[in-house]
Amino acid sequence: MRKYFQRIRTYIWLLVFAVFIAVSYIFQFQPGKTITTNFTNSLIEMITFIPFLFVIVGLFDVWVPKEKIQKHIGKGSGIKGILLVTLLAMLQAGPLYGAFPVAYILYKKGASIRNIFIYLGAFASLKIPMLGIEIGYLGIKFTLVRTLVSLPLFIGIGYLMEWYLKDKNFKINDLSKQETRI
Amino acid sequence: MNNNAIIYITVCAVLCLVSFAFNRKKTLAGLKKGWNMFRNILVPFLNILIIVSVLLYLIPPSVISRYLGPDSGIMGLGIAAVVGSITLIPGFISYPIAAGLIKQGASYTVVATFMTTLMMVGVVTLPLEIKYFGRRVAITRNLLNFVAAIIIGLVVGLVL
Repeated sequence: MRKYFQRIRTYIWLLVFAVFIAVSYIFQFQPGKTITTNFTNSLIEMITFIPFLFVIVGLFDVWVPKEKIQKHIGKGSGIKGILLVTLLAMLQAGPLYGAFPVAYILYKKGASIRNIFIYLGAFASLKIPMLGIEIGYLGIKFTLVRTLVSLPLFIGIGYLMEWYLKDKNFKINDLSKQETRI
Repeated sequence: MNNNAIIYITVCAVLCLVSFAFNRKKTLAGLKKGWNMFRNILVPFLNILIIVSVLLYLIPPSVISRYLGPDSGIMGLGIAAVVGSITLIPGFISYPIAAGLIKQGASYTVVATFMTTLMMVGVVTLPLEIKYFGRRVAITRNLLNFVAAIIIGLVVGLVL
């Protein structure tokens, strides 16, 4: 019974909205009809590219060996190291706080402070699936400009953090044992 | 159907065919992965589309362009940066919102700043970040990214 309610809860807004649409059309409620048109337009916009984007991402995931890149991470220095962390970050998915445990792994593996923060920057704003959605919604021009402006700034932040933390005993804590509680 | 959809569908079809020609099993695994990812975001995505459609109706374009438009100046930038910093919206959901804002007259500067702070600055997740990096590092990182977001917004606005 409880499980049943949880299932319903997931879809509650969709159900409420479906009822709202039905009622709007029955009573010729004009605002409701306008909202429905808004919704239909954005639904069509979404359904015509998002599923295909995820298929592309899925294929990408299968063909590009993330582990292999991960193995080389931390070792690389200079431009090569920066390129590698950026590439690794771009292949990930999920919210920024999901990157903190990876930052810990990078730190354990001896990645430089600079590269750890470049990783966080690239993770947050250059993930490939996200770029795909961004292009779909905001256009290739916006995405390209935002990306090209962001990247040097994040690399700059990496250098700044490294300079700032040089003699400050920088470390990242391992929370993996507590992670289940968060 | 817009141009984007045509490009995505074409790329998707070509990649599927090439991948399938090389390795059937891998391709099927990839398709399944993609489908699962799509299924996971579908309901939250639909919910946000509902919210955006209702808000598009309730908030007239004149209000959006006054507070977030090209002439909103520092105020628009400030609203975008602060709201982006304190809200915790998954990335994929923020794009329909951003597109809706632009459609209703928000400027590119405002939207780029909003998107960047949303992605890079996390006030809500700050306690967690402090646990990983310590107070000083976490706060410095967020402050630097906050400033970077505003610079990114301004430059994007200048270019577009």
